[in-house]
Amino acid sequence: MARESNFRNMFLCLLVICFGGSALLGGVYLITYQPILAAQAARVNQALGGVLPQFDNMPAEEAYQVEVNGKKMTVYPGTLNRELTGVAVEATTNKGFGGQIIVMVGFLPDGTINNTAVISHTETPGLGDKIDPRKSDFSLQFNQKNPESFRLAVKKDGGQVDAITAATISSRAFCDVVDLAYQAFRQSIQKEGGIQ
Amino acid sequence: MSRLQTLVNGIIKGNPTFVLVLGMCPTLGTTTSAINGMSMGLATTFVLMLSNLVISLVAGLVPSKVRIPAFVVIIAVFVTVVQLIMQAYVPALYQTLGLFIPLIVVNCIVLGRAEAFASKNKPFDSFLDGLGSGLGFTLSLTVLGTIRELLGSGSFFGLKIIPGDAILIFILAPGAFIALGYLMVLFNKLKKA
Repeated sequence: MARESNFRNMFLCLLVICFGGSALLGGVYLITYQPILAAQAARVNQALGGVLPQFDNMPAEEAYQVEVNGKKMTVYPGTLNRELTGVAVEATTNKGFGGQIIVMVGFLPDGTINNTAVISHTETPGLGDKIDPRKSDFSLQFNQKNPESFRLAVKKDGGQVDAITAATISSRAFCDVVDLAYQAFRQSIQKEGGIQ
Repeated sequence: MSRLQTLVNGIIKGNPTFVLVLGMCPTLGTTTSAINGMSMGLATTFVLMLSNLVISLVAGLVPSKVRIPAFVVIIAVFVTVVQLIMQAYVPALYQTLGLFIPLIVVNCIVLGRAEAFASKNKPFDSFLDGLGSGLGFTLSLTVLGTIRELLGSGSFFGLKIIPGDAILIFILAPGAFIALGYLMVLFNKLKKA
């Protein structure tokens, strides 16, 4: 079956296979490039629609970056008739039980949390994944609370958040990520010179 | 071996999961639900068919010393194609399986079939062998996923049929081993009968 190996034919063979492979991949990449971008944008837009109050602009196109504790976070302003109606912040924490948790948090201009949406997480199925509003009501307790007066920590740590049973670490991480988002929100509001 | 035998071999006699016990990493990792297991199986089937076909076409031209690197590049190309397509057209599925897709490259089933079958047989037979092994893998993963989902979250293909909490351990890693062990026993018992 296989041929005898010498330097020349080994070199040529791998060269041809790699070239052929790259050409095929390049073709597929070109075809799927637009749909992949669209799919990612659709995910962000869906989350934005869920966490922001009414808006008529394109928050994803007006997004900008804010830095909190050396971490970059994306801020999406939502406006209705050019009035700021809310700000969504995509925040990331590494304090989850299974690693990274990315959450989109929507704030009203006065800092009240409007709604939250989990973008991605790797928490334990059946325990920590209850941070997802589709799995339990845990994250709903944050809605309509203002972090100014509402302590973003689980009750064990002296806060006001009811933790998920058997998933304190995930609950703490969720509080952490909402707190990070709030700090990013404060910065962005300051940057825009207070409430518009 | 007739062509039908080549096809069926991968499903029963040479079932990659229950008989050859290959590709355990994706088997245990992705079978938390029936649909995830099935999708992983189908993605692997696609890669197996195409890589087997191409490898058997080029096998005669590849010098034996660089055989493995050449095969791995071919397999990696098809895996990346699957990954890009999934990312573009089924992003929700890509979210759950994304981590395991690149691992198909080093999945011992794919390289195993390339070495053991495709490099020695005709293209069409290799294609059928890939299809058979892939279907066997899909079948095993779907069965395992169905059982784990039923016991672990009380649902069937995402449809909740048992109310309330279920036996959580079956969704986690230990449950995967337990379910796989019992299924292996059952499969081998049935195969002998």
